[in-house]
Amino acid sequence: MITLAGICREFMVGDERVAALRDVDLTIATGEYIAVMGPSGSGKSTLLNIIGLLDRPDAGTYLLDGEDITGLGDRQQAALRRHKIGFVFQFFHLVPRMTAAENIELPMILAGIDPSERKQRVAATIDAFGIGNRARHRPDQLSGGQRQRVAIARAVIMQPHTLLADEPTGNLDRVSGGEVVEILEDLNSRGLTLITVTHDPDLGKRAGRRIRMVDGRIESDR
Amino acid sequence: MLLRDLIRLSLGSLVDQRMRSFLTVLGIAVGIASVVLLTSIGEGVRRFMLSEFTQFGTNLVSINPGRTTTVGVSGAIINNIRPLSIADEEALRRIAGVIDTIAVVQGNAPVEWEKRSRHTTILGVGPTAAAVFKIDVARGRFLPVDDQRAPRAYVALGSTVATELFRETSPLGKIVRIGGERYRVIGIMESKGQMLGFDLDDAVYIPTVRAMSLFNLDSLMEIDLLYQAGLESRTVADQARRLLSARHGAEDFTITTQEEMLDVLGSVLNIITLSVGGLGAISLLVGGVGILTIMTIAVTERTPEVGLLRAIGAGRGQILLLFIGEAVVLAAIGGLCGLVIGAGGAWLLGALVPSLPTHTPWLFALYAELLAAAIGLLAGVLPARHAAGLDPIEALRAE
Ligand SMILES: Nc1ncnc2c1ncn2[C@@H]1O[C@H](COP(=O)(O)OP(=O)(O)OP(=O)(O)O)[C@@H](O)[C@H]1O
Ligand SMILES: [Mg+2]
Repeated sequence: MITLAGICREFMVGDERVAALRDVDLTIATGEYIAVMGPSGSGKSTLLNIIGLLDRPDAGTYLLDGEDITGLGDRQQAALRRHKIGFVFQFFHLVPRMTAAENIELPMILAGIDPSERKQRVAATIDAFGIGNRARHRPDQLSGGQRQRVAIARAVIMQPHTLLADEPTGNLDRVSGGEVVEILEDLNSRGLTLITVTHDPDLGKRAGRRIRMVDGRIESDR
Repeated sequence: MLLRDLIRLSLGSLVDQRMRSFLTVLGIAVGIASVVLLTSIGEGVRRFMLSEFTQFGTNLVSINPGRTTTVGVSGAIINNIRPLSIADEEALRRIAGVIDTIAVVQGNAPVEWEKRSRHTTILGVGPTAAAVFKIDVARGRFLPVDDQRAPRAYVALGSTVATELFRETSPLGKIVRIGGERYRVIGIMESKGQMLGFDLDDAVYIPTVRAMSLFNLDSLMEIDLLYQAGLESRTVADQARRLLSARHGAEDFTITTQEEMLDVLGSVLNIITLSVGGLGAISLLVGGVGILTIMTIAVTERTPEVGLLRAIGAGRGQILLLFIGEAVVLAAIGGLCGLVIGAGGAWLLGALVPSLPTHTPWLFALYAELLAAAIGLLAGVLPARHAAGLDPIEALRAE
């Protein structure tokens, strides 16, 4: 359950203030499938970053599962990111020197989970995502679609309740993009809240709820 | 995050950048190696010097004429110094706990036998000198117990003098001329080697009174007291001081205990060891700068990774830990390599150049390793703080 009220975010570009989000109100129930759309620079990524606790709003309140998190310290926010939120990026952001399995394991290392349990969970996740024969490969030995699958596996290994995907198919061809979307939707069908940013109208149509942003505001929400 | 994961992650990124990790490790290794090597030499020299000093036994108190202040070498010498005399020596010998005394006079004179002559050190000593100074007699015997005031003209030769003058011939019972006087050789000393540059083998021993008349002296140069083991050197020194002061009417002499000498020597040598080690520490500093540089580059290169780690749940503290951990692991590996190289080098040096004593104090080695880790920590802090302070979104975008 995510509740945003009166969220504003401004950036200083040189001497100028650029408003990336203007007075955004938004409530997202657990298990929803939301597509955030809109022109470039309209504030989609900024919105996602604030929901994902990577960025802090300048004004407004943010309740995550009923808890006001705007006042939380770095350590508590990090813990929330670790346990409640998963991120998927357009550029995958895999650690290049680590194998697929090691990349997937990373959040559990940060969480201090016991190595034997980590091993088990990584093995199970790798199977579920159909990358078993690529587990020992490094990112530069994987295709784009495989990389994004590894990134999604990493995002959900801690079993978060919300998955934030910023243009997850933006760097993929149609076929592997479609596969990635299927994986995301499958996760959503199992109860995960899914929020994707996309420029692809066809993809947008598949979501249960479409939010269109223009110039830092939510223009439509259906 | 578990410690072993931290170490594993650090090793992972260091292995990924093998070449520059190796070079950075090398920098620290050279630093630690030089610290270990130099302190090993310093400590070896220290031990060598101390053993040189203690080879004459530690239960010695020596008395010299003239008052030496603690500051100066021979400070204010009182004008009316009463010379140390044989009578003084005999009085000192009666102090409780004093086993033996040796009155010493020293000078240089030619020693001649047949056509050969050698200019050498003449030591005027008492009959117990050989035992007190722990110089063994190789053949014959040392100066006999005799009438102190009119001893017979006997001489014991240092081993070098004996071989130089007599070559193949046995010197025992032969008559040599010392400063023109005739002496009968009654003993040849065991080779004792050098002591702080003074060649004990290139010396001959004659009775004190004879040496005094040979060098035209009316006083002794030194009186050594040998006291019972287990006694406090201070107690013996105090008694000697009281006795001599009473005899001379003033304290116009200087008493040095072996312990005092060793203390002073020990602290001087400690300073030498430390400053020599400090020299090596300069190269460690250079190694530290190497780590700082490499870590700064690593943070810049891995900025997107920092953003990613933040996104998947790393706090600033963990980012800090990750980069500091990397720097410390780097430095610790360097330290370990340096330790092996330094200790190995010291050992090799000791084996190849026996005259250069080396000794690796393991406590110093441990300190050196801790020092390396501390340097890694210090050098890692700055770049790691930078990484931890990065804005995660900016970091993610820095592709
Ligand atoms: N770190 C930043 N510094 C300065 N300005 C920023 C920063 N991040 C975002 N902005 C500005 O905020 C506005 C919204 O940016 P945002 O990235 O949210 O747009 P977006 O909708 O995701 O665009 P795109 O579809 O191109 O990804 C833009 O005008 C952008 O220039
Ligand atoms: Mg964007």
